[in-house]
Amino acid sequence: MLEIRNLHVSIEDKKILNGLNLTVHDGEVAAIMGPNGSGKSTLSYVIAGKPDYDIHDGEILLDGENVLEMDPDARAAAGIFLAFQYPLEIPGVATMTFLKAAMQAQRKARGEEELSTAEFMKRVRDQAGHLGIPQDMLKRGLNVGFSGGEKKRMEILQMALLEPKFCILDETDSGLDIDALKVVSEGVNRLRAKDRSFLVITHYQRLLNYIVPDTVHVMAHGQVVKSGGKELALELEANGYADYKTLAA
Amino acid sequence: MPAVKETVEQVKAIDVDQYKYGFETQLEVDKAPKGLNEDIVRLISAKKKEPAWMLEWRLDAYRRWLTMREPTWARVEYPEIDFQDIHYYAAPKMNAAPKTIDDVDPAILDTYKKLGIPLREQEILAGVQQSKVAVDAVFDSVSVATTFKEELKKAGVIFCSISEALHEYPELVKKYIGTVVPVTDNYYATLNSAVFTDGSFVYVPKGVRCPMELSTYFRINEKNTGQFERTLIIVEEGAYVSYLEGCTAPQRDENQLHAAVVELIALDDAEIKYSTVQNWYPGDKDGKGGIYNFVTKRGDCRGKNSKISWTQVETGSAITWKYPSCILRGEGSRGEFYSIAVSNGRQQVDSGTKMIHLGKNTTSRIISKGISAGHSQNTYRGLVSAHRRATGARNFTNCDSLLIGNNCGAHTVPYIESKNGSSIFEHEATTSKISEDQLFYCMQRGLSAEEATALIVNGFVKDVLQQLPMEFAVEAQKLISISLEGSVG
Ligand SMILES: Nc1ncnc2c1ncn2[C@@H]1O[C@H](COP(=O)(O)OP(=O)(O)OP(=O)(O)O)[C@@H](O)[C@H]1O
Ligand SMILES: [Mg+2]
Repeated sequence: MLEIRNLHVSIEDKKILNGLNLTVHDGEVAAIMGPNGSGKSTLSYVIAGKPDYDIHDGEILLDGENVLEMDPDARAAAGIFLAFQYPLEIPGVATMTFLKAAMQAQRKARGEEELSTAEFMKRVRDQAGHLGIPQDMLKRGLNVGFSGGEKKRMEILQMALLEPKFCILDETDSGLDIDALKVVSEGVNRLRAKDRSFLVITHYQRLLNYIVPDTVHVMAHGQVVKSGGKELALELEANGYADYKTLAA
Repeated sequence: MPAVKETVEQVKAIDVDQYKYGFETQLEVDKAPKGLNEDIVRLISAKKKEPAWMLEWRLDAYRRWLTMREPTWARVEYPEIDFQDIHYYAAPKMNAAPKTIDDVDPAILDTYKKLGIPLREQEILAGVQQSKVAVDAVFDSVSVATTFKEELKKAGVIFCSISEALHEYPELVKKYIGTVVPVTDNYYATLNSAVFTDGSFVYVPKGVRCPMELSTYFRINEKNTGQFERTLIIVEEGAYVSYLEGCTAPQRDENQLHAAVVELIALDDAEIKYSTVQNWYPGDKDGKGGIYNFVTKRGDCRGKNSKISWTQVETGSAITWKYPSCILRGEGSRGEFYSIAVSNGRQQVDSGTKMIHLGKNTTSRIISKGISAGHSQNTYRGLVSAHRRATGARNFTNCDSLLIGNNCGAHTVPYIESKNGSSIFEHEATTSKISEDQLFYCMQRGLSAEEATALIVNGFVKDVLQQLPMEFAVEAQKLISISLEGSVG
């Protein structure tokens, strides 16, 4: 379970999150929607531990443990995964090499045994197959020269291999064609489990037809201003954010 | 790469002191008084009981050196060197020249053992299942041991110190020394010609493929001494040798001068592969101490279809000034230069190569990877030239720089000169930076900042590491990570 309480965050003296509260239970899929610049990506970065943010107040608890004290790699090992809105390119490092290094690092941090090369290869092949990622692509530098859609699939591949507890998807649907949207959504749905939860950030209700959320939260001005069931997404699609833009100010 | 894990563990094992070769060996030393003059040159020559022509050659060099000025074109800065404040000869005291390994002072053997270079052949053989490597160990001004000499001799290969070669094979030395790097070549090479003390000599006769890797391990131990080594490698028609040099020095607050000359000669269809893992003491993080590494290395592809390939991994020294070059004289000859130069702290590197195409259809390839971190400055300086007669000459150059952090600099200074219309020179260069965002991305996947940096750096240098002999590639990779320790986070 992830609990965020009264989170206040700024960057370069600009206040972005203003006392944000949010709880996501185990097995829950929570969607976050909200206007551009409302702080959605900031929230996901702060959960994952990106440096440069000033955290003035509040806490983020993963299964009761305050993650704000932890380095990003420790948070990853504890089960936090962020599928980036803009995945980074890592030139010279073959995707396969990167995947293996990441998996082994997390296993080691958790005190688990190293995965054998055969087992690793098998898992990669299986998951890449599901996501329609060709083997050649795994030999290329991670994300280097990948199309927008390919990068997003690669994020989901990493998520599937790392088997995190808490997954954040930051606009994973943007830049995907219709077929890719289905493939990626199926990838996420396959990972849905009792002890795994998701925070799905999106602008489009369409994604939520594929990844059906348990809860929908509206974010504005760095706060969650309204929460509801999946029907809230449809309402937003129809009416836009006009009502919420003034609400929190 | 499989060695990534090892690299990472190595990095973690190191805490404050990154340079693990900084210890000093206590020994009784036979040392020349400080300063440089004709008497010192005579003394060095006398210590080595050299033939008269060698002394004349040295004196001639010394007199020329007096008329020369230190070069200032490199992008390096250092206070003026007081050449009178240096000892030009220092050797561990020995009753007689060691005949066998058992005559060598155990303290010296221990030193090499600590450096990971066992000199007793049975120890080497008892060691891991590594392939055999013959070692010439140069300690300050003298060679203290050369291993597997007998076995090499059976194959016709001569591998010994240059001092010994001057006694045993004076004609060979006389015929070739100074023919690639002339006495007048440059300030440091001329100085070296006057005062060089020891170094390695290799001769591979016609048609022989040297049966093992040869290597020289240079160690500076004494304070306030310069090391001036001289290496000469001659490979006859159709022969082949792979040679590797390594170097370390104790950690001290004063700077020490190392000015070496290396000459390679490849005759028709011969091939020389020369690799360097340079790890002289780099100075501390504030730039105090460290070796000034001013080195002239040049290979002459004298014969048709000969090939010389330089591979260097440069991680040490306060200042590196070094341009291993190839003179492509023989028709169809080939020169290669593969370089990884890592700088951190206050290190300054100005390094590169010269590919001088003189013969028809000569080819060359330059792959240079510079990695700068901390407050260091890292310059690639390279010349590719084609003579009027070098028709059909081809060069491919690729120069990549990687920056870690915001306080370091990378510079690329290529010179290209072609005097004929049919040569084709290609040049590619990139500069990239390991960004905070990349590091965060990697850490989000579970890698530590060090692991992430090691991974990216390994990816960056792998083309060059592949050129090193297997057993040294792993060592080189560790060295690179150690050198970059403390550059992130
Ligand atoms: N480094 C920074 N310096 C100053 N302002 C920043 C910085 N990073 C983000 N911001 C600002 O913080 C606010 C929130 O940005 P964030 O990326 O979290 O929004 P978002 O809700 O993800 O928007 P979108 O829907 O467009 O992705 C924006 O106004 C943005 O300009
Ligand atoms: Mg965003």
